[in-house]
Amino acid sequence: MRGKPLAAIVSAGMSRFGVLEGRYSREIFSEAAREAFEGCPNLDPKSDIQGVFVGQMAGESFEHQGHWGPVLADWAGLLPAPATRFETACASSASAMRSAIFSLRSGMYDVVLAGGVEKMTNRTTEEVTEFLGFGADHPFETFQGLTFPGLYALMANAHIHRYGTTEEQMAMVAVKSHRYGALNPKAHFQREITLEKALSSRVVAWPLKLYDCCPISDGAACLVLTRPELARRYTDVPVYIVGSGHASDSIALHEREELTSLKAARLAAAEAYEMSGVEPGDIDVAEVHDCFTIAELIAYEDLDFCARGEGGLMIEEGRTEMAGEIPVNISGGLKSKGHPVGATGAAQTYEIFRQLRGEAGESQVEDAEVGLTHSVGGSGATAVINIYGRG
Amino acid sequence: MKLSEPFTIESFYRHVGEGRLTAARCLNCDSMLLPPRPLCPVCLASDMEWLELGGKGKVKTFTVIHIAPREFRDNAPYAVAIVELEEGVRITGQVRGVRSEEVEIGMEVEIAFESNESGEWPSWARYHFKPV
Repeated sequence: MRGKPLAAIVSAGMSRFGVLEGRYSREIFSEAAREAFEGCPNLDPKSDIQGVFVGQMAGESFEHQGHWGPVLADWAGLLPAPATRFETACASSASAMRSAIFSLRSGMYDVVLAGGVEKMTNRTTEEVTEFLGFGADHPFETFQGLTFPGLYALMANAHIHRYGTTEEQMAMVAVKSHRYGALNPKAHFQREITLEKALSSRVVAWPLKLYDCCPISDGAACLVLTRPELARRYTDVPVYIVGSGHASDSIALHEREELTSLKAARLAAAEAYEMSGVEPGDIDVAEVHDCFTIAELIAYEDLDFCARGEGGLMIEEGRTEMAGEIPVNISGGLKSKGHPVGATGAAQTYEIFRQLRGEAGESQVEDAEVGLTHSVGGSGATAVINIYGRG
Repeated sequence: MKLSEPFTIESFYRHVGEGRLTAARCLNCDSMLLPPRPLCPVCLASDMEWLELGGKGKVKTFTVIHIAPREFRDNAPYAVAIVELEEGVRITGQVRGVRSEEVEIGMEVEIAFESNESGEWPSWARYHFKPV
């Protein structure tokens, strides 16, 4: 690693993910904030936290509620701290984190809270399908009847056609996610599945079946960030953000140069690798945006964990298992841990924070010192990639 | 076509209602823009002209939607494809007039037009693709 870290993470919190009956975004966010505050005895949240940056994708539709910045700051007990909500579809809290970093780098703030939340399980699958569709192109995708699983199915079919990737290889991602989700007490699904079960599940958007798709979940996650030079005031084991990349692409998939790779993710990865001096082979543990199984295989390729077209081979050879060369989604990933869309980016960072501090319990990757998060909004119009190092 | 017609999605769908598939061409850098836009994303010029496209192309990739949003519930399962038109630009649309399991990558398709009776916004006319 080289250069000065961008920011330090000194505490983190995450609610349980899943069906949180009778609890809505603000209450779920409180749960994540409480864990972050309790995990940092040297922090006085009310006097130390100067800004709140939150991701929330579609609360207007899910909960008839907007204006999330102050709502969530209030329920975290942080009024009158200035609070702003960020929306980049499923990467919303990764974008909130980026702006939190900028606020520290500018010198405006010393300590900030960044996080995100989504409440989704109060709605029917039909309604959720419609609301998640807001992250796609309305006039030329959702107006045509395309859904989010449909968009990733278009990529999956193109990947199958171009590289010979198989439905079995995609199902192996789901099996891996569930194997590790079973070790995560906060995961939506905590049970293993078989390859046969994944392959025989009902079709959602061919070639994607139910077990190729992440579930509909409620959940929240948040992080306390500070400037690197102040980190030791708050903890003896800070985790540093040493590189960060972010890029945008066309909202409509059909306007992209390629259908088998996310250009925004490749550009964001190049930026984060360059900034940190970290190379793909240096990554000890990664959390990638596996909203659908094909997305994890494409992530391996976009992050240069393997060559283009070899994502299917990488999962088949077990190279991203806990004991493999780059353990990926040891939290259970979006597939098994759950994907409350506004919370996901922060929840990926929560996992890396625990891994790099050696606090991941049964899920601990041995000697994890360098981590990576890969967050994607929509079908790839947003990508945010961060690289982390142990203090 | 009227020169004053704005290069917007509303104009595009008005043309669909007239049974025409159109795109814009940037007079500065020659980029073909589908959908039409008031500002060329390649060179930032705003002098455009309308082009009428042939509506024929090939399936670049496709899916079959089984779990649909409310509006399309009664159509499921249905095929949706990204079609690469002969002019080189791509567009997304349903593929009908063929069993969804018979749609394949490389299949030659052409556009078909239909009205929109939903009464909900947007009341844009609709298009889909069918095998040639």
